[in-house]
Amino acid sequence: MTATDPLSPLVLVVEDEPQMRRFIRTFLGAHGYRVLEASTASEALLLATSHNPALVLMDLGLPDGDGISLTRSIREWSKTPIVVISARGREDDKVDALDAGADDYLTKPFGVNELLARMRVALRHASTAPVEQELDLGGLRIDFARREVTRDGQPVHLPPIEYKLLTLLARHAGKVLTHRQILKEVWGHGAQEQAHYVRVHMAELRKKVERNPARPEWLVTEPGVGYRLRDRSVGG
Amino acid sequence: MPTNVQNSHRPTERPDPDALLARVQAAAAREQRAKLKIFFGFAPGVGKTYRMLQVARELAQDGVQVLVGTVETHGRQETAALLQGLEVLPRRVLMAGNVVLEEFDLDAALLRRPRVLLLDELAHSNVPGMRHAKRWQDVLDLLEAGIDVYTTLNVQHVESLNDVVAQITHVQVRETVPDSILERADDIELVDISADALLQRLQDGKVYVPEAAVRATQHFFQRGNLLALRELALRRTAERVDADVLEQRADQGVNAPWPTSERILVCVGPSPASARLVRTARRLAAGLHAKWFAAYVESPLRPLTEAQTQRVDAHLRLVEALGGTVVRLVGAQPSAALLAYARTNNVTRIVIGKPTHSRLRDFLRGSLLDEVVRGSGEIDLHVMAADSGSVAEAPPQAPRAPLKLGAFGTALAVVAAGTSLAWLGRAALALPDIVMIYLLGIIVVAVRTGIGPSLLAAAASVAAYDFFFVPPFFTFAVSDARHVLTFCTMFVVGVSMSTLMVRIRRQEQDARAREARTSSLFALSRDLSSARDVSNVAAILCDHVARGFAGDVQVASGGDGHLQPLAQTGAWPPDSTDEGLLQWVAAHGREAGLGTATLPGSRALCLPLPEHAEGRTVLAIVPQSGEPLDGQALASLQAYVRQGALALERARLATAVNAAELRAKTEEMRSSLLSAVSHDLRTPLAAITGAATTLRADERTLNPIQRADLVEAICEESERLERLVVNLLDMTRLESGQLRVKREWVPLEELVGSALNRLELRLGAREVSVQIPAGLPLLHVDALLFEQALLNLLENAVKYTPADSPIEIHAAQVPAGVEVAVVDHGPGLPDELAGRVFEKFVRGSHVGVSGAGLGLAICKGILDAHGGTIAILPTPNGGATFQLTLPPTRGPAATSEEGTTQ
Repeated sequence: MTATDPLSPLVLVVEDEPQMRRFIRTFLGAHGYRVLEASTASEALLLATSHNPALVLMDLGLPDGDGISLTRSIREWSKTPIVVISARGREDDKVDALDAGADDYLTKPFGVNELLARMRVALRHASTAPVEQELDLGGLRIDFARREVTRDGQPVHLPPIEYKLLTLLARHAGKVLTHRQILKEVWGHGAQEQAHYVRVHMAELRKKVERNPARPEWLVTEPGVGYRLRDRSVGG
Repeated sequence: MPTNVQNSHRPTERPDPDALLARVQAAAAREQRAKLKIFFGFAPGVGKTYRMLQVARELAQDGVQVLVGTVETHGRQETAALLQGLEVLPRRVLMAGNVVLEEFDLDAALLRRPRVLLLDELAHSNVPGMRHAKRWQDVLDLLEAGIDVYTTLNVQHVESLNDVVAQITHVQVRETVPDSILERADDIELVDISADALLQRLQDGKVYVPEAAVRATQHFFQRGNLLALRELALRRTAERVDADVLEQRADQGVNAPWPTSERILVCVGPSPASARLVRTARRLAAGLHAKWFAAYVESPLRPLTEAQTQRVDAHLRLVEALGGTVVRLVGAQPSAALLAYARTNNVTRIVIGKPTHSRLRDFLRGSLLDEVVRGSGEIDLHVMAADSGSVAEAPPQAPRAPLKLGAFGTALAVVAAGTSLAWLGRAALALPDIVMIYLLGIIVVAVRTGIGPSLLAAAASVAAYDFFFVPPFFTFAVSDARHVLTFCTMFVVGVSMSTLMVRIRRQEQDARAREARTSSLFALSRDLSSARDVSNVAAILCDHVARGFAGDVQVASGGDGHLQPLAQTGAWPPDSTDEGLLQWVAAHGREAGLGTATLPGSRALCLPLPEHAEGRTVLAIVPQSGEPLDGQALASLQAYVRQGALALERARLATAVNAAELRAKTEEMRSSLLSAVSHDLRTPLAAITGAATTLRADERTLNPIQRADLVEAICEESERLERLVVNLLDMTRLESGQLRVKREWVPLEELVGSALNRLELRLGAREVSVQIPAGLPLLHVDALLFEQALLNLLENAVKYTPADSPIEIHAAQVPAGVEVAVVDHGPGLPDELAGRVFEKFVRGSHVGVSGAGLGLAICKGILDAHGGTIAILPTPNGGATFQLTLPPTRGPAATSEEGTTQ
């Protein structure tokens, strides 16, 4: 079970519940990750600086200080992907953590497949892989170089702003982006009062890109948080 | 002094049980509260301090904790000897420039909390910078803190006797003690020696006389003076004894001859003699056991100067200090206002001053005294002499309108125009017509300008009339004496008109000011009536006071010495001394600060609001001018504060009632919730536990299919448990009112898409058709909550309809807003559930369907929170349609494509 290959990715698990740690430790070990555990924010910061993990999995509700400030402290010197875990109904916390530099989030209770998918996406975006020229999401193809989008072989014509929106999500395929992040990247400012810009253009984009806009396959809404371009190749 | 005895007494043999009870309670309260003992003497040197120390020593010997606050031995050996062995409180040392001042340390005494504190010279004025201006105020604080106080007092320091003493001795004593303190005293011990013995002691050098005061004191210590003072002191003590005896008799139901209930009204004005009137009224009232009032009549016709206003305020403060009730009346006719008040309030005697002005003024303006005498009817009148030493009063100067040269120009222009007109028409006009033209001109000038220009117009008119129209023409000579009469008439008319106009204008200004005050108070009460909670009330009060009195305002509340600001104006300056002031007012419930007797050096004036369970609320104002408020403004502020206090009380009650209701509701909900969900919680838990333990115990005997089945069961039941917990939490949040609706502009498509996405697994292959018209406006809703409502409806449809029946979602814009319908084609709503589906824990009794019956209740809660409605209708051809209606909203700012150019 405990694959101790020194080359396998090291995951720092920050979680104060022993039962949750036990479950994650067992599960990650079985999937070939090395696991480092911390139960407090200060301990986590110490381990993060000394071991430089490949990924941090962090519960937002920590007994000493909140995960959001821990995220900020780690972001001050490291680009290590951070996936936060939080309870349902705390969407504002998740948005804050994501805006503070976290890469993705999971809502408790979560299934292991969901966890693996999030970790894979986060690790993939962290690796300095060359920028892809083309993205194929099983029917939806985006050719970045030619600025072309096709669905099921048919070209899709997008106005500049919707193309920008789609490519932004595509570059972060599988990863959640908050309303503010999208506003800032596409519109150049992050005024929260204009969050409905994103929603309106997203609805337009869906009408053009999705097979059934009412039940989107790719452009999924993360309620209360933002949007994610679903990438089935990583299981998300 | 039993001030309320005469009110409660009834002329029957048996004492009134209520009154008796009140007396018993008062006696019990007196037992409880701290005692004030005053050693009362008629002059310095009679041995008050000596006697006080004697008593204190006896107490100390009995083991009572006695602390000496201050004692002036004045170098007397015997007195100093008595001090031996008593604990003396160190004095507080203050530096005032290069001068070192020492003063009784009130705070240290309050901290030490002795049983009995000795404080010599009750009438002493504290050095500036102490908490109170006067020592007797310190004494009140000490008594309030439950410390018995022994103190000394000479008769000339009693406020109501002050002027009598001054008349006897010709020495004006400035340090006075209000009579209410003497009445508060539980015990007054007269320390008395004969006048001759006192003079002997003086000669023996036993009475300390400071060098500087030698002459005055020699004057003071004349035998005649001493005899008179002694008599005064004895009489004052006898009055007190008399009162005690009366109280005793009333206690025992003795039908004593009783003065009828007298009510005395004293008329107060700006004249310095009024202070004497007030004191006289106080003595008269005390002698008759009467309630007394002091009325000041404000006349809109004769506004007071600044100095006069201050004097009136001082007199009215004196009235309050002496225990009288202040009445401010308004009337053009002071006598009428006074008499009207006297009659409506059953006043039996009016005290009024003798006029000091000339008979001419009476002739011109009418005499207040005459009018009161004539109108008083059955009311007795006491006319008191004015003080011989009273300053001759300068006649009140009407506030002059600033002299405007333009107005004089206007006056001349009008006269010139009148002259031209008359000149042009001189052929047709007779002389009286020309006079009329000039009079008209004078009236125009009087109406438009002030007295000066009117006089000028009158004079110029006379001159012009004489010059141009009265023969001989073009000279000022007059040939006929009749014309002189015309001149006089013109002049008198001009003067009277302008005087009248000025008076009317002043009245109008006054009425406007009064109106402004009334309407601002009305505005306050109107705003307060709409206030919901305490902080709201405080904010409104703050705002109105700040605007009405031009200052920075804070309203704070709290008990146990911790004040929390409830509201304050933006520029409220934080300052530690203000804090102390607020604390003091909160603790004592009396006004203090700028312009009052307590902490007058503060920047802020602080007023208390009535006490309530959580402590006291206080209002503090720092006037922008830095000047104390005048009497009228203060009275007005007090009215504001009273209004505010009422509103606060109402808000507190409302809050308490709401809190109690909410508690009861929460409690009820919690218990019903517990009983209802315990079953739903246990079922999935039992399934999970069963499956997991089977896996653990029989790992070997199970085949792979069985194991997969059990694992699947654990997952499913966990999900079910989670849904239940989520629903419970949502319900609790909705019902507890803690739910915050975070509205955003969202397209309906997105909400539907997200809900369907979340339900993907459970929907399976079921057909779902979504019809949303292209032009549907954005919804202004909490995206998470509204999606939850849609999800619950969809879940409901999935649960209660066959797996192959389609589900439809459609939306439409209607006049009532936006309608969203979730339509299923299942069996429809069972009849027994009609009307109850949106209640908690109500669910259909389908076999194999689980749930706590919360989904639809949550939907309703969410729609309620959005101001929308939810209804259930039958679907044509069978099934149920859930229809959500959201009220119409104005759209958001256009989703322009700004900044999107590529």
